[in-house]
Amino acid sequence: MRNAAAEAGRGLPSVEPGMPTPAGTGLSRRSFLERSAGMALAVYGANRLGLGALREGVAAAASGAPQRVLVSIFLPGGCDGMSVLAPVGDTRYAQLRPTLAIPPSTGTPFAPDARLRWSDPAGGLSTLHGEGKVTVFPAIGYDHPDQSHFTSRHFWEVGATDAHARYGWLGRYLDAAGADDNPLQALSLDSDLSPALAPARVPVAAVERPEDFDFWVPGVDDPVKEPMLEAFGDLGRLATSDPVKAGARKVATEVDTVRRQLAPFATPDGNPSYNSPVTYPDSDFARRLAALGAMLAAGLPLHCVTINSDGGFDTHSGQADSLPGDVKGTCDAVLTFQRDLEARGLADRVLVVLWSEFGRRPEENGSGTDHGAAGTAFVIGAKSSGQMIGEFPGLATLDDDDNLRATSDFRAMYCSLLEQWLGFDSAAVIPGASSFDRPTLVKS
Amino acid sequence: MPPTLLKKRLRRKHHRQHARRLRHARRHRPRHQDEQVFVIEPPAQPPKPKPKPKPPPKLPPPPDTNHRNAERLLWRAGFGPRPGDVDHVVSVGIDAAVHELVYPTGTANLIGPAPRDEDGNALAPEDAWGHDHLWWLDRMVRSDQPLAERMTLIFHDWFATSNDKVGSQRMMLDQNATIRANALGSFKDLLTALTQDPAMLVWLDGIENRAGDVNENYGREVMELFTLGADRGAYTEQDVRELARALSGFDADWVDGSGWQNFRYVPRRHDSGSKTVFGQTGNFDWQDALRLLLENLYHASFFVTKLWGYFIPTPPDGATQAALQKLYVDSGYGIAPVVEAILKHPDLYADRALVKPPVVFNAGLLRMLGRGIDTSAWSWLGDMAGQHLFLPPNVSGWDDSTWLDTSTWRGRSMMVTYALEPKHVDPWNGPVYDPAEDAVTAVSRALVFTGGPTLSTETRNTLASFAGSCLPGAMASWQQSPYRAMRQNALRHLILTSSDWQAS
Repeated sequence: MRNAAAEAGRGLPSVEPGMPTPAGTGLSRRSFLERSAGMALAVYGANRLGLGALREGVAAAASGAPQRVLVSIFLPGGCDGMSVLAPVGDTRYAQLRPTLAIPPSTGTPFAPDARLRWSDPAGGLSTLHGEGKVTVFPAIGYDHPDQSHFTSRHFWEVGATDAHARYGWLGRYLDAAGADDNPLQALSLDSDLSPALAPARVPVAAVERPEDFDFWVPGVDDPVKEPMLEAFGDLGRLATSDPVKAGARKVATEVDTVRRQLAPFATPDGNPSYNSPVTYPDSDFARRLAALGAMLAAGLPLHCVTINSDGGFDTHSGQADSLPGDVKGTCDAVLTFQRDLEARGLADRVLVVLWSEFGRRPEENGSGTDHGAAGTAFVIGAKSSGQMIGEFPGLATLDDDDNLRATSDFRAMYCSLLEQWLGFDSAAVIPGASSFDRPTLVKS
Repeated sequence: MPPTLLKKRLRRKHHRQHARRLRHARRHRPRHQDEQVFVIEPPAQPPKPKPKPKPPPKLPPPPDTNHRNAERLLWRAGFGPRPGDVDHVVSVGIDAAVHELVYPTGTANLIGPAPRDEDGNALAPEDAWGHDHLWWLDRMVRSDQPLAERMTLIFHDWFATSNDKVGSQRMMLDQNATIRANALGSFKDLLTALTQDPAMLVWLDGIENRAGDVNENYGREVMELFTLGADRGAYTEQDVRELARALSGFDADWVDGSGWQNFRYVPRRHDSGSKTVFGQTGNFDWQDALRLLLENLYHASFFVTKLWGYFIPTPPDGATQAALQKLYVDSGYGIAPVVEAILKHPDLYADRALVKPPVVFNAGLLRMLGRGIDTSAWSWLGDMAGQHLFLPPNVSGWDDSTWLDTSTWRGRSMMVTYALEPKHVDPWNGPVYDPAEDAVTAVSRALVFTGGPTLSTETRNTLASFAGSCLPGAMASWQQSPYRAMRQNALRHLILTSSDWQAS
């Protein structure tokens, strides 16, 4: 378990000799610069980057037909779904949550089920739901739920209730359908790679913020800096018969590719060089979504992206103090991201899935809630079907551990995302795919 | 907020502050009076494509095999060479050098100035976030018994315990001392000490394991990860449950404000009934449990294979494996004799490299530079590179097959930046850098500065090509020295981030 999880958690491609090196093809510099509409030009004019940094990598990045993008947003710690979509119309709710119940007078109605109301902090989702852009799983999970953060999260990340699975569900998809030379096809906007993206084979990347992917070396500036950065890649591309060194060199080439791809996103001072057509909330999570919007607008070849919300959702105590702010921070930023995509004309190309490893126990513990079973998940975007998948199971009949019963399975959600959004046979990715139903997640 | 998240935020804040400081330094670095000549104007037309690389300038020959083997030993058995270390190993020979490492005399000395944070204050390893990491990194840098520290690191990974759950740097440091005291002694003593170690009792719920309410956490991991290994037929699920019963009985008191206290064994919490483990039946207690684990026929092979894997990336041949197991059992679970044999084995000196763990990489940089701990940056840089001591990702430790990704590679590059910063050649102030230095001399000087590491031919050639092509074809007289200073800084950085230095 631990070993397997560690591999999925830190997984990178096992690199073999002879794997292709990043190649620059397709679009010319000029057309890239035109396409990125002044952004890169502004960088070029402003900071003397020279065309070196905008060479083949970025040109290649912008070439080819734009792919659909799946953005996976994880709420770490087990988010209390009943504080997002509150069952105020369920008679047991107030009894199970004497201090934490959302007052029925607050929030907004949830049309598909009169028992439920969007809480005020989830207003961003409520707005988008009203526009038909949110598919709602009111009680998603799996049979025999595991209440360990570690195990349950691992199941979601690998797309199977298999403690020994080594690669992430999106990593397996990319191994089958991804590119050999584009690390940005799978990007974790975090300090390390999301286990959901861990592939066996193809290159992937982790970058906390695009403007952070700089390399300052003391006493190295123009005109030596650019050749030095290029030498990272030159050293990485050297052939070797030692598979360990080959692996280290492959990563150096990926660093080189990612650096070129991200160079236009930072000023020489390391600040963001991009602007957003909308104003994002002031949070780290929102800033990373803003960067994502800019990267998509610039035509970077992103395909599967993961981001962790920066809220803390493991609310064993003090839930009333922390959770509303964290839910609001997440939902407001997601709403802004959607507006950003719409303003940039990208909304039809991007689908967001918002999930957590489990929900929390319906009965509160006095000041918080302990680990539960079924939770909520949302599929958000202009192309989202806007349906409700599975019903809210009610609080009258809980499972053996007094937790909410699941009425939908996260693997069914993955199968539908693969087939309806990414256009790929889920049987090749999700074990036992044929045993799950296929909820409609995408507008036909 | 869970402690991890808080730490993550603090770390981010730290990182951001530091990045700001760096940017500030960059913006405000003293400018050469003529510099505006080349900074203001963007080129009137796009620069010409780079000319075809010239054949690399001829470098002096690389170090010989004895030198390279000495380096290999110093990296695998410690934290890389300090100036003079390689020459010493070459002069006494590998066997004698291994003996010095495995059987040092007396207690370890820490050589050089005591560790400080960037404000010159002493470390607070029990209290300040990240100072536990710095405290140990300092021992790795300064100890004159590097193998003892390396073995302590290996067993920190082997018996991986995270302060994420333990929640007490003091308890983690106590465990660290326990490991160090046994790291080259008997594995039986080490296992016995760690089974009753407070940090371990919290980490794997030993204090939650009592008669009638058996917690299997330690019972499972001690078999799967510490002594026998999973999926090889060494034990059954029934053995896990029965062994957990034998291990029951430890207790501690939670004291608000000061955490877990008064760790002890309480006989009435112990399940004193009969258990059957590995086919043997008895009223086993925790010490019986450890004896049964060590006597299990799968233990010696597990121990040898796992230990070998920390030093050598390819598995031992059958004869070597058998000989090492015999050595281990005949010596009464002695760690030192097996380590000694591994360090002398020809496979250690074969071509295949190992990626250096991030803290080894970091300590090696500082040892090479003769620099002690003078900034707390190393703790968050360790995070960026993927290894924060006392915070392994889970009970199986760090996954050393995936140390490098685009994010952690950048973390290592940042480590090199921070390591080189105080000694970088200032292009604009200070002594004038050699304005006539040719490319070969530049690479040679950078190699000397970085301790004369053995690099592969292809890496050396690429460095030489870079040195020969990175400067403009025609330079004004005022550019001759500063640009060559930049080239020297760049070469040092390229050497230390190269795959040959990251993996060796």
